[in-house]
Amino acid sequence: MSSVLFDNPGPRTRARHKVYSAAAAVALVLVVAGLVWLMYVNGQFAYELWEPFLTPAYIEVMLVDGLLKTLQMAFFSVIFALGLGLVLGVAKMSDHAWVRWPSWGIVEFFRAVPLLLLIIFIFFTFGTGGGIGSFWSVVLGLTLYNGAVLAEVFRAGVNAVPHGQAEAAYAIGMRKSQVMNVVLLPQAVKIMLPAIISQMVVALKDTSLGFYILAPGLTAVGKLIYTEFRNPLPTAIVVTSLYVAANLVLSLIATRVQRRLVGEQKALEAPDMAAGSAV
Amino acid sequence: MDDVFSNFDLVLKAFALTIELLVVSALTSLVLGTLLAAFRVGPISVLAKAGTLYVNLVRNTPLLMIFIFVFIAMPELELNIENFFVKGCLALTVYTSAFVCEAIRSGINSVSLGQAEASRAVGFTFVQSMRHVILPQALRAVVPPLASVLIALAKNTSVAAAFGLLEATARMRYFTNNNADARPEIFITFAIGYIIIVEVLSAGAIGLERRWKVAR
Amino acid sequence: MRFKRTKALLVAAGLTLAVAACGEAGTGGSESVDVEVTENAAENFEDGTRMKELAESGEITIGVKYDQPGIGFKSAASDTPEGIDPEMGKILAASLGIAPEDITWKETISDNREPFLQSGEVDLVIASYSITDERRQIVGQAGPYYVTGQQLLVKKGSDIKSVDDIKGQEVCSVTGSTSLDNVEAKGANPRGFDTYSECRDQVLNGTVEAMTTDGAILLGYAAEDPEELEVVGEPFSEERYGVGYSKDYPEMCQWISDTLQESYDNGKWAEAFEATLGKSGVETPEPPALDPCKA
Repeated sequence: MSSVLFDNPGPRTRARHKVYSAAAAVALVLVVAGLVWLMYVNGQFAYELWEPFLTPAYIEVMLVDGLLKTLQMAFFSVIFALGLGLVLGVAKMSDHAWVRWPSWGIVEFFRAVPLLLLIIFIFFTFGTGGGIGSFWSVVLGLTLYNGAVLAEVFRAGVNAVPHGQAEAAYAIGMRKSQVMNVVLLPQAVKIMLPAIISQMVVALKDTSLGFYILAPGLTAVGKLIYTEFRNPLPTAIVVTSLYVAANLVLSLIATRVQRRLVGEQKALEAPDMAAGSAV
Repeated sequence: MDDVFSNFDLVLKAFALTIELLVVSALTSLVLGTLLAAFRVGPISVLAKAGTLYVNLVRNTPLLMIFIFVFIAMPELELNIENFFVKGCLALTVYTSAFVCEAIRSGINSVSLGQAEASRAVGFTFVQSMRHVILPQALRAVVPPLASVLIALAKNTSVAAAFGLLEATARMRYFTNNNADARPEIFITFAIGYIIIVEVLSAGAIGLERRWKVAR
Repeated sequence: MRFKRTKALLVAAGLTLAVAACGEAGTGGSESVDVEVTENAAENFEDGTRMKELAESGEITIGVKYDQPGIGFKSAASDTPEGIDPEMGKILAASLGIAPEDITWKETISDNREPFLQSGEVDLVIASYSITDERRQIVGQAGPYYVTGQQLLVKKGSDIKSVDDIKGQEVCSVTGSTSLDNVEAKGANPRGFDTYSECRDQVLNGTVEAMTTDGAILLGYAAEDPEELEVVGEPFSEERYGVGYSKDYPEMCQWISDTLQESYDNGKWAEAFEATLGKSGVETPEPPALDPCKA
């Protein structure tokens, strides 16, 4: 099959590619082997360093205080952020300047401020001293940040619905809110789903910043474990694997849901929501 | 709050470090990300698979864990770089390059097939068609997503606060600790600093987009 | 939560039996000093005092640190923290007739100790909480129960011999701590990390020249790695760890002081020290003189 970049390779090119592939494979294997060897000579495979991850009490802590709390924080933030994003996104498209401008300001502010800064501020202002505590401080910070990002996603999604749709709806006498709720949003949601899914992964990853304000979660538990056992490398490997696994499962479920909603047919393309928007 | 203004040079110094981290990591991420994108779209399947694996691993890992790998776990392998700034940039680059790669890949995919076929028809090699036909066009399509990646990078430098780099977020922590009564004002001051950086980046991206806009 | 834990522990215990090769990390057992819980303690306090209320309720919440071995540290898999701070907490609770297992522990970090006390989220803060005049304006502080000072931990044979040598050197401590501000003021390159153990690792792997915080913490680390680490120089500050309480209950000061004095006299304080900080080989010092409580 021909692609943007190259035609079907002929027999000589194929042979050449095989050589390159073999060389690349050897190089990669050498790199991986080098890392494993470094781990070996530095005693990183010692049983004591990995023992916590085979000990029931620590496995339980990693799953209950770590993974479960991480998932809970991500879950609440995503749900709230979807609501906030919808409200802000619709407000940004309002015909009234006094609604449009403040929501634009809010979105710009929370998109530009680093999440860590935001979480620290929320925690020390509202979180301590009979406040909402570290768990909800993280959720609130994530909600504000992801809500602002999703507001843009919603706006771009609605704008990507062909103009004729709205015009036709107005022509048959629908009101503004009806056009938005009945015609535009349902179509926009389908366009937005990929961006929403990647934003969910972002939220899950960002819960890790909660360690800074004593919130629970995988990273916080990992830090406690390597403080106790002095095994940062094994801990980092185990914790990262759990994050990656959780994110892959999340993406898989979300893609399933997307297929169910959208069907096999390709959704409309929204140019503003290319790959880089969710980091 | 007086403490912040009488020590405003400390604030500026902290933001200077934030910007240095941003600029250096942005450049190295662009290089590494472009290389990864070339791997992923290139004809050599082993490299394509390795690139895909890298991107999927890194994209699903919190940045904080990458910092922990670089600053806390890597020295255990005697792979220690003793310069904090270099290590900070390394962690940010490892993370950001995966997103740069995806942005560039989506840009390459946006170039129409006919362009590539025409370049091959006139006898360009892979490198030539990349260099003279595909990349110049892809770069234009890549500006908006790349701008988002760089904006995210600007904010992500804040994670370095817990790893020995006294950048803006670490400095804010210092001020809020010593002036608990003025926390909101201090927060707003530092938030404005970040907003300026982000707005400069967005303005730059919009400018580039306008300048490079071509009728297709 | 507690119920969930117990249930999960049962399941975990079953798993341990089932899987022969299972790990046993962290089961070394922690030493803890036995405290004598006063019976009918409520009778010892006057009506209307906070101590009476606590004794009658049979519950107390104490804020401690979870990330400082020897001072206050909680293993990820454990329900209770260990260290001299929690031991002091147990002694104080016992005099109110509250058993160690009825104490609710709360993790505090440096920034939230005053808000915790002011809002009543915790009844006491025992978290390497240095007594200062600024803090005494906002909260009450009784004690000290331990006196230490900021020192430097370096690799053996380092060029740094005292605080005068740190100018231009990289020195690690916890982000936002007073210790870090102090060395910055003395011309060192401050390197803030999240926990002291991370700093210790940075010293061990040679990334930073030294780390700094209270000598009590540093001595613990030096004792863990006596071949590689040493504490140098005279203390360049005096930190007097006190027990924080809310200003709404000034009567607590005398009770805390009396209970601490009693623990000095009956040897419980020394026992607590030996079981925690003393484990690293530090000699048990004389208990410090207590500040008088203002009436």
